[in-house]
Amino acid sequence: MTKNPKRRNSQLPEIWRRFRKNKVAVLGLIILCFILFLAVFADFIVPYEKCIEQIGSERLQWPSRRHLFGTDDLGRDLFARVIHGSRYSLMIGVSTSLMALAAGAVLGASAGYFGGMVDNIICRIIDVFMCVPPILLSLAVVAALGSNMKNLIIAITVSCIPGNVRLIRSVVLTVAEQDYVEAARSYGTSHARIIFKYVLPNAIGPIVVNTTMAISDMILSAAGLSFIGMGIQPPSPEWGALLSNAQDYMFTSLYLLIFPGVFILLASLSFNLVGDGLTDALDPKLKD
Amino acid sequence: MGKFILKRFLYMIPVLLGVAFLVFAILSLTPGDPGTIILGITAKPEDIASLNEQFGYDKPFLVRFFSYIRDIILHLDLGVSYQTREPVITDIMARFPNTLILTTFSMSLSAVIGISFGIISAVKQYSALDHICVVTALIFACIPGFWLGLMLMMLFSLKLAWLPSHGADGLICFILPTITVAMTSAAGLLRLTRSAMLETIRQEYIRTAKAKGAPAKRIIIRHALRNALMPVVTTLGTSFGASLGGAIIAETVFAMPGMGTLITTAIRQKDIPMVMGSTLFLAALFSLIILLVDILYAVIDPRIMDKYKKGGKGND
Repeated sequence: MTKNPKRRNSQLPEIWRRFRKNKVAVLGLIILCFILFLAVFADFIVPYEKCIEQIGSERLQWPSRRHLFGTDDLGRDLFARVIHGSRYSLMIGVSTSLMALAAGAVLGASAGYFGGMVDNIICRIIDVFMCVPPILLSLAVVAALGSNMKNLIIAITVSCIPGNVRLIRSVVLTVAEQDYVEAARSYGTSHARIIFKYVLPNAIGPIVVNTTMAISDMILSAAGLSFIGMGIQPPSPEWGALLSNAQDYMFTSLYLLIFPGVFILLASLSFNLVGDGLTDALDPKLKD
Repeated sequence: MGKFILKRFLYMIPVLLGVAFLVFAILSLTPGDPGTIILGITAKPEDIASLNEQFGYDKPFLVRFFSYIRDIILHLDLGVSYQTREPVITDIMARFPNTLILTTFSMSLSAVIGISFGIISAVKQYSALDHICVVTALIFACIPGFWLGLMLMMLFSLKLAWLPSHGADGLICFILPTITVAMTSAAGLLRLTRSAMLETIRQEYIRTAKAKGAPAKRIIIRHALRNALMPVVTTLGTSFGASLGGAIIAETVFAMPGMGTLITTAIRQKDIPMVMGSTLFLAALFSLIILLVDILYAVIDPRIMDKYKKGGKGND
């Protein structure tokens, strides 16, 4: 893709033009940018000290001008905690999807491209992984390594790799049969070069869409695992952990439940909408 | 046919062994030995050593693995809990029915909602109903399941006091958890059914049927539905896995004694045999479901069987 700047230049504006036409996808992109903005500038919006500052006289206060989202059971400002929490969700969602993508690309592309023995071995291993529901795989990893941010990322990534391998393998299988790959092979181009320069760039459409959608799922899994106490631990202001804490006070302080939940929903929704938009924008054939 | 099923069953054996190895290997990464975990670091070294010997922890990894497998096959023995010193299988058997009921109920409810609304949505494409279905499905696909559960509990248990908020005494306790788990997977099924149905409606044979003057209802039911449901059937296995995952989290929300709460409690208590046994148990069940779905798929779609007969197992 980088070798042919002309093609790249002519494709991106075209993709953007098609993407822009889809109003719902644009809405998703706006929400996504908003959450990204919160995550990047969290420290400027509200200093981190606000997240941990416990004001004993202001426990469990409903939203007010002083505390936009109210305060929790220890008198901490929920607004500050939710804003800083966006960093965890985005960080985990993006990093796990990218790592799973990298692993999936290497394994899936090798399986699809080489076929035969390599394909067989990789597929049989994936079969085994596929027989363990993702959440159980994640829980097993957390059980073995302990529950913290790094291990949560490992746990979610591991559970996401098998699906990626299968997808990339099947996409690569179709691309690898094309004439230009045959041509590259006849020049004596190395396998790695063919895979990364010719096969994967041409298989990129479904992979990009899948990765975007995966981020949405990963945000939900991370929040779910943290909620049941198997992910990021309180007092970190991760959204799932915030909700786990809110459970005990939800009858009297519903706002503790609403705000983090809505933010998880928005984050997950934005990636989902953008992914949907990209499906149409990257592959105009599907549309008609 | 029989040969296909037999071969598929035989293939399960190495896969299940692989699953056992995977789970065993991951959980063997746990730091610490059973003696120290149970007795604490202040205990006498000889006590720790004797307990380790009792759990077979002094033997090499592969030896432990094979004796674990042998116990499972010969005595259905999944090991002994570090906490209660009782066989793991006793606790699993006590908890599993709740999880199975919850998963089965949710699967059925989500299939009914997802597939029926998916079909309606596709048949009435671009109608108001279609838009409502698509938007609702999108939102439910993005709502964290446990959050939905908490909101339902807030409304129906705490405010209205119609349904119990926790426990597993009687089927009434399963209503809220079932809805919680089902909505997320129904959303996925709706989207899938809708797109498969739309795809099918565009096919030549549907046009032929229309040209022949067949009534619209007959076309949908006899011609379109059967073909459109093929891709839906393939995902039933995965959606069982998703429901199982949803159930594990919903159990925590609704404080239901099931496999999910069993595993999370065991993880907190570092009760590794319990985690291993439960994970393996559910994974084996899940593999069996995948196998059944595969066979079902081959039975209802003659093309798959054909591909299988011609050579190998097809694509994957």
